[in-house]
Amino acid sequence: MIWDNNFAISVFPLLLEGLGVTVQITLLGTLLAAVLGLVFAVLRRLAIPVLSPVVSFLVVFVRGTPLLVQAYCAFFVLPAYGVSFDALTTGVVVIGINYSAYMAEVYRSGIQGVPKGQWEAATALSLPGARTWGRIILPQAIRTVVPMLGNYLIQMFKDSAVLSAITVVELMATAQAIGSSNFRYLEPLTMAALLFLAVSYPASRLVNRLERRYAPQH
Amino acid sequence: MSAVMDYAPLLWQGLLTTILVTVLSGALCVVVAFAAGLARLSRHRFLSWPAGIFIEVFRGTSLLVQMFWLFFALPFFGIQLHPVTAAVLALGLNEGAYAAEVVRGAIASRAKGQTEACIALGMEPALRLRRIIIPQSIPAMLPPFGNVMVDLLKNTSLVSLVTVADLTFSAQMIRSTTGQTTAIFLTILVVYFVLSYLLTLLTGWLERRFALDRKALVAQRKESRLMKVGAA
Repeated sequence: MIWDNNFAISVFPLLLEGLGVTVQITLLGTLLAAVLGLVFAVLRRLAIPVLSPVVSFLVVFVRGTPLLVQAYCAFFVLPAYGVSFDALTTGVVVIGINYSAYMAEVYRSGIQGVPKGQWEAATALSLPGARTWGRIILPQAIRTVVPMLGNYLIQMFKDSAVLSAITVVELMATAQAIGSSNFRYLEPLTMAALLFLAVSYPASRLVNRLERRYAPQH
Repeated sequence: MSAVMDYAPLLWQGLLTTILVTVLSGALCVVVAFAAGLARLSRHRFLSWPAGIFIEVFRGTSLLVQMFWLFFALPFFGIQLHPVTAAVLALGLNEGAYAAEVVRGAIASRAKGQTEACIALGMEPALRLRRIIIPQSIPAMLPPFGNVMVDLLKNTSLVSLVTVADLTFSAQMIRSTTGQTTAIFLTILVVYFVLSYLLTLLTGWLERRFALDRKALVAQRKESRLMKVGAA
């Protein structure tokens, strides 16, 4: 028998624990990415000399380089300059910054999708900039962006496995550790894959439904 | 910077491996994308269901898990793959599953009149697909395909975790022997950035090359923006 059922059952609780960490990383990372992405998108749109082009370049640079190498950079390079966090914090920050670059793009398209008349109306009513952004533009932009944020959340859930390479003990690292200490990779890796699927497939169905509900109103 | 200079040949070897893995898995990705995407559109259930399951499984699980599964779990079935083979298979199948959705979407969104005209002219389904539908869908596929390829390039860094000596792997080796972490990692970050930039240039060139006409190009850009938002 290739598949050892008893072994599979015995390691299942450990894998569930790993899944818990993965979910935690995903939620914290998405929160960070959603906030940072919004900041980046608004900064780019405001066209502040020097700052906006730098932000634009950083966004493109982060999108053009692998998450794994970014994680290595944060994990190995920063401690050399006296900045060091534990692996989990580093992982959340890295994946959050990585995805913020993608989310900045999503927010940008959301902001662009707000009809010009809305800006003009805000100007005509002589609303100050902060209120134009906070009360008029962003609420409309974010509404169309919600399902996309959901898509990135699911993507991040799967991508967080990469963080196992910088010793974050999430689902993938747990499966790997079980595999190497028992010399049996088949069960832990297969179950890890199934756990990923069990969460991400229903989640993507849900996002699809959100997508239809939050379809642009104008 | 001295470590980078001293170990330049090793980095160069790694870069070549990265490019090799990208090209091989990119080719596999295109084949898988068309096979699975077209099968998904088929009216025959025995074609469209397996394709649907393949697409959902490979999109629904992590690429790293798939790669590790092919490398560590497959030997339990008596199949021991070479690390590069496992890496290319995992990358090609994973990104192929994403690209299959691109193919499916692009073909499904073609104007119905084209299909109807083909039927009116008495074209067989295979000929219709090959001569009319697919060529017309290519311009709409190219921008999202470009995104998939850039993703694939970046994801090749994961092959270092299954012992393929790519750019990231070389960098890790140099880091552990010299300790010059900053210089090494900044160098490969820039290299990866340049590679993905070159890929976007290539996609842009292909887009212009395959554009039906300028008007179509403008419409397509709009569409591609929408698809970028929708696909990722």
